[in-house]
Amino acid sequence: MTPSTRGHGATLVEKVLARASGQETVTPGEIVEGSVDLAMMHEQGAQTVGPFHEMGATSVWDPERVVIAIDHWVPASTEGAAVLHRILRKFAAETGLPHFYDVGQHGICHQILAENGWVVPGDLAVGTDSHTNMLGAMGALATGIGPTEMAAVLALGRLWLKVPETVHIRVDGRLGPGVTAKDLVLRILGEVRTTGAAYRAVEYSGATIERLSMPERFTICNMTTEMGAKTGVVAPDQTTFDYLAPIAKHAMHPMTPDADARYERSIDIRVDDMPPMVACPFSPDNVRPLPDVVREHVKVDQVFLGSCTNARIEDLREGAVLMKGQKVAKGVRFIVSPASTRIYEQCLREGIIETFTEAGAVFTSSSCSACFGGNMGILAPDEVCASSSNRNFPGRMGAKEARIYLMSPAAVVATAIKGEIADPRDYL
Amino acid sequence: MQDLIEGRVWTLGRDVDTDQIISGKYLTIIDPNELKKHVLEIALPEFATRARPGDILVAGENFGSGSSREHAPQAMRAIGVGAVVADSFARIFYRNAINLGIPTIEARGVRAIFETGDVARIEMRSGRIANARTGASVPFPPLPHHLLELLEAGGLVEKVRRELAARAGSRGPP
Ligand code: SF4
Repeated sequence: MTPSTRGHGATLVEKVLARASGQETVTPGEIVEGSVDLAMMHEQGAQTVGPFHEMGATSVWDPERVVIAIDHWVPASTEGAAVLHRILRKFAAETGLPHFYDVGQHGICHQILAENGWVVPGDLAVGTDSHTNMLGAMGALATGIGPTEMAAVLALGRLWLKVPETVHIRVDGRLGPGVTAKDLVLRILGEVRTTGAAYRAVEYSGATIERLSMPERFTICNMTTEMGAKTGVVAPDQTTFDYLAPIAKHAMHPMTPDADARYERSIDIRVDDMPPMVACPFSPDNVRPLPDVVREHVKVDQVFLGSCTNARIEDLREGAVLMKGQKVAKGVRFIVSPASTRIYEQCLREGIIETFTEAGAVFTSSSCSACFGGNMGILAPDEVCASSSNRNFPGRMGAKEARIYLMSPAAVVATAIKGEIADPRDYL
Repeated sequence: MQDLIEGRVWTLGRDVDTDQIISGKYLTIIDPNELKKHVLEIALPEFATRARPGDILVAGENFGSGSSREHAPQAMRAIGVGAVVADSFARIFYRNAINLGIPTIEARGVRAIFETGDVARIEMRSGRIANARTGASVPFPPLPHHLLELLEAGGLVEKVRRELAARAGSRGPP
């Protein structure tokens, strides 16, 4: 049963929060206490342990609802990271947390949640990472919190949330060949900008969104974080149910927005003639049509195909099709990092690893890899990188002068082949 | 938390994201006293060595955007920042800072009335922040009751500690 409406209709996120807080209805601006359905920690969770003990907590509210997935430095690449991993292993053992995706079953935390069905429609899910938003694609309210707050969640199973206003983004039309969900979310970012959805929820709908696969929806919801949003959601439909049916870890409470839901504002986007897009340095909302940037002959030093935004099997398959029989351009370092160990194994079986390594790319074990400038693939000052990840702020991938261009998986592979920013449609 | 907060101001621009507050290479540091040496290294390099306890940061729009790293407000707390004020905040930074007990105030137009070295006077309950040198001031919506309570407790750790203790107490003596 879905909560009743309040004269004018409720948005999807309002319904999720009404359920989580045990209220009939909720109103934007109101502060509610929500019961958490799933809590996720990565290495930052090591900072949860101190506050958890300082609070005087001795047990976790529900160990079955807690997932730990280490991903930033896997296997540990520094002594500091090794210590973080150890703190988490010890904490998991002491408090009896069974769902620890340790080295060997590892993957980027959001992908681990997605591919194992840890978040389902109607959930309130929190994680110690800002891109937890990605799981909103399940029709859930998934959002990032800090480690101190996570300590309170582990102790009590709930947290305070301000009911956000919802921005409605409706997308219609067909994406052309070589134009992907990543290009679409970049286009949206160009319009909404990095502060345009601050504190708000974003609800995606329209014929284009309905046609997207779950992996594509993950990409879109993932980068809702870059709009400043609390979460980005897609109402669950047959695509969601088909994806989750074999893997869902707990009961679903599917909800859809009321036809007369009240939105703070609505944005309509038509994608029929949209070219591929690129976010130029130094902000994810500095978005331009890719062909315009291609004309400027931007040489690159490194190319990265990875991250929670775009390193799923579909992304790597698409990249491998372009890569097959081609070589990485001279002077370019091409790093490919799958989003999870399961995806790594799929790549192994399908010959995708071979395709990339034969071309001269480095195919790494799963991790956040070059995405955040703290593990591997770090950029020197003045270097240029084309990346399928989600952020290009100064210093994001290493030196603060390094310039990062955010693009689709197909576009980064085309760029690796050409040695300068390229349009994947020239390689189809 | 006192009602009047006063301190020397450091100003920052807009869109100062968490990478510019604590860069990715320091994320394996847990000790806040180590972290504070690197606070705002990219955005305001002299801050870490010259800041004094009680100093107030005044930033433009979208302060603290980017990752969920609590290292950012933790480093600020370790250095003894008296308050963080901005035209607007990114949401996770805002939550983290409040949860750590740092008075965090969103006041539209505040950046324009300050220069580094000015003294800010913040009236938490009535919701006004003034520049003691120029007399200019801007209002802000006072924090909701729930958040004032959190700050008064000294942050989330203390608030939950009290709640858990009360719960244990209400079960009666063993
Ligand atoms: S891949 Fe990048 S954006 Fe995603 S969780 Fe890892 S560091 Fe964060």
